[in-house]
Amino acid sequence: MRENNEDRKVLNGAEQPLPETEEIVSGADPVAEEEYSLNDDRRVKVLSPGAMVAKRFFRNRVAVVGLAILAFMFLFSFLGGVLSPYREDEQFYKTSLLKKEYAGAIKNEDVRFLGAPDQKFDSIIQAQVVLALTTNRDTVSFMDVNYHVEKQGEGLYAVTLDDGTLIGIAFEDVVTSSREGQTLSFEFVYQALLAYSNGKDAFIAEGREYTVSEGGLVESAEGEAAFISRYVINPISPDVFLSRQFQEELVVALENNDDVFEFTDADGVTSEYYIEYKPAVKNWAIRQETPSRMYDTYSSPSKAHWLGTDRNGMDMLTRLMYGGRVSLVIGFIVEAISLIIGVILGGMAGYFGGWVDNLIMRIVDIFYCIPSMPLIIILGAAMDAMSVDPQIRMLYLMLILGFLGWAGLARLVRGQILSLREQEFMVATESSGIRVSRRIFKHLVPNVIPQLIVSCTMGIGSTILIEATLSFLGLGVKFPFASWGNIINDVNDTFVLQNFWFIWIPAGVLILLTVLAFNLVGDGLRDAFDPKMKR
Amino acid sequence: MHKYIIKRLLYSVVIFFFVMLIIYVMLRCLPTSYIENIARQKSMQPGSKSYTEWLAQLEAAYGMDKGIIAGYLNWLGNFFTGNFGDSWYYTIPVVEEFNNTVWLSFIMGVIVMFFELIIAIPLGIVAATKQYSKTDYAVSVIALAGISLPTFFFASLLKLVFSVKLGWFDLFGLVGRNYARLDTWHQFLDKAHHLVLPIVTLVVLSIGSLMRYTRTNMLEVLNADYIRTARAKGLSERKVIYHHAFRNTLIPLVTIVGGSLPGLFSGALITETLYSIPGIGYASYNAMVGGDIPFSMFYLAFIAILTLLGNLIADILYAVVDPRVRLA
Repeated sequence: MRENNEDRKVLNGAEQPLPETEEIVSGADPVAEEEYSLNDDRRVKVLSPGAMVAKRFFRNRVAVVGLAILAFMFLFSFLGGVLSPYREDEQFYKTSLLKKEYAGAIKNEDVRFLGAPDQKFDSIIQAQVVLALTTNRDTVSFMDVNYHVEKQGEGLYAVTLDDGTLIGIAFEDVVTSSREGQTLSFEFVYQALLAYSNGKDAFIAEGREYTVSEGGLVESAEGEAAFISRYVINPISPDVFLSRQFQEELVVALENNDDVFEFTDADGVTSEYYIEYKPAVKNWAIRQETPSRMYDTYSSPSKAHWLGTDRNGMDMLTRLMYGGRVSLVIGFIVEAISLIIGVILGGMAGYFGGWVDNLIMRIVDIFYCIPSMPLIIILGAAMDAMSVDPQIRMLYLMLILGFLGWAGLARLVRGQILSLREQEFMVATESSGIRVSRRIFKHLVPNVIPQLIVSCTMGIGSTILIEATLSFLGLGVKFPFASWGNIINDVNDTFVLQNFWFIWIPAGVLILLTVLAFNLVGDGLRDAFDPKMKR
Repeated sequence: MHKYIIKRLLYSVVIFFFVMLIIYVMLRCLPTSYIENIARQKSMQPGSKSYTEWLAQLEAAYGMDKGIIAGYLNWLGNFFTGNFGDSWYYTIPVVEEFNNTVWLSFIMGVIVMFFELIIAIPLGIVAATKQYSKTDYAVSVIALAGISLPTFFFASLLKLVFSVKLGWFDLFGLVGRNYARLDTWHQFLDKAHHLVLPIVTLVVLSIGSLMRYTRTNMLEVLNADYIRTARAKGLSERKVIYHHAFRNTLIPLVTIVGGSLPGLFSGALITETLYSIPGIGYASYNAMVGGDIPFSMFYLAFIAILTLLGNLIADILYAVVDPRVRLA
């Protein structure tokens, strides 16, 4: 009964469009009713039209749910960004153990050559020596010169001319200097190999005494000088120097066919090395597990990142918060631009009528007919081609969307004003001599506001949808700015679609909920503003 | 009536003139570097003409060497004489590419519209007759959710569930891997199979607004005096709703459905792109992103004409189905 009563009051109120009209609701408090006489003003409770609308709105449960969702979205986007411990574009790193190629080892099976100083020992002669070795001959001749190849030890051959001059050596073991960047002299190499291949433990070269260990270590009185081995071990990275000890231990591991070996370097750091033989190239790759710092991309939800991280290693939840800001702000600004143009043009058309109305309505017809989505896509692609700055791009996007969206609002305002213009309160404003602009914007437009609010609420929802679609296609808001649409953009990658739900589902749900909430609130407001509605 | 139609047609031509003028000016106002970019890309393709030649050709082809108005009139003249030019992206005449793709979109549009009508209208009517019931709330919320659902998100969800998890459909494309080896009947089935997800997407996203529209109109009709009269006569509720009320609800429905008939040709820009269905929407998306001005201009003009045609049909149908309306 109370409700019916109230509705009738509102119905009456609606027939007088002046918003200042006060609504009267009776029987609010039964106790108070007893104390005042029937015609006492205090007996009735007075509600403004706004309060009436609010009351009716809040009685609509679905609309209230929509409002709650919107409130949550605003808090999430605008407060969340402040509360989040991360910045919008803060990238996170993870350290993971990567098996990096550390060194390569090859067992020398070819003979190598070294020419004696001031002697001709070029590749043609070397080829002749190989020929002699493979055919087990002592002497080869080339261009009337005889070359004598004499085996001087295990894997060591001396090449001499007829007169006994040593012009070079061929050897299988490799002598490497212990000091970085130092080249070993011919004499040293020859003497060292001679001693090593014949199992001697000392030799003299260039007037100095050296000792050779069984493992191939050559030492002088000053310390380590060189190392002789069948294996050639080279670091992958040029700034790494492989210590003697490492090489020795590696050779042992290689000869035992180990897959893994451990080595403690001079600083006492122990690390594991993985040895892999590559039969195709007959060498070994030695990999070291090193901790590498890399972007923490597509990491699963965890305590630090509640919704994981995205392709760029940025915190998803924080991106969603900032994305919400962008999406909501774009929705509001676009709608504001449309509203300003629509209200001014629609108000003028409705109020003046005649040729002004005709002209403006024809413009509205034209704008109604412009295919906005394809046009925006073309402009977006053009901005891509011109690589417009993302911030300016966002501005353009808002202007374009706003500029293409005002026609419907203008039509709405004009239609309402056409019917309001003829009513008595407008005659009153005219007779009291109020300025035209004041008459339109102070007396006519406020009466259209309910419809405008409804239309704009739903308009913001659809703008958010359009912006999200554009950003999804990569033609709207661009990185580094986040928007809900460009966050989902990652789903274009089928791998992300299949494996990383946390990248795209939350953003999609947020868009869906926000747009749904705007529509629900818009619906609820329409019902609340409409006095003819029964509920 | 005839006079009205002719008047409206002429009026539509005027609107079309200005719509395309705005679009043309917008495209012209893009810095010339855009055309230069395309010319540069084109000249870099193997066996292509030089950059300056391309630039000169592009500028001549689009009247860029003329002023804006003269260039526009030039384009318009070409358009109305059926000279649509060659597509840059597809390197075939625009009309040919259009003809290759538009029919698939049309077939999809017809199927979608069929499902839309048989799902949305009955649900809308049920919701209106049982206003404020649970059914009504469910229908309203589903309708709103359909309107609010972002196409790309819904399509991704469908793909995840039906393509990835269940493996029922392919993720992309119109034809499967074995298409060439199938006979005609199985080729048809293969195409139909690939169209299921796009059509489901389009139907779910489009029923919402029609459902709401039906419900609102049915509610309005149900509150009318003649319905009260019908009930007062003692007619059965069935007869009141399906005989008296529904027929009157049909007036706005026929209008809106008739008005959307030309839209069957326009293709689904986003959905076709998401599923890589080679319809007019996907073709034009590629053309637009690829900076193919001839095809884009043609597509925009085509859409504008469809919109105008839709409005015209809606207005005429309004007078045809409702004897109370007289067209001036």
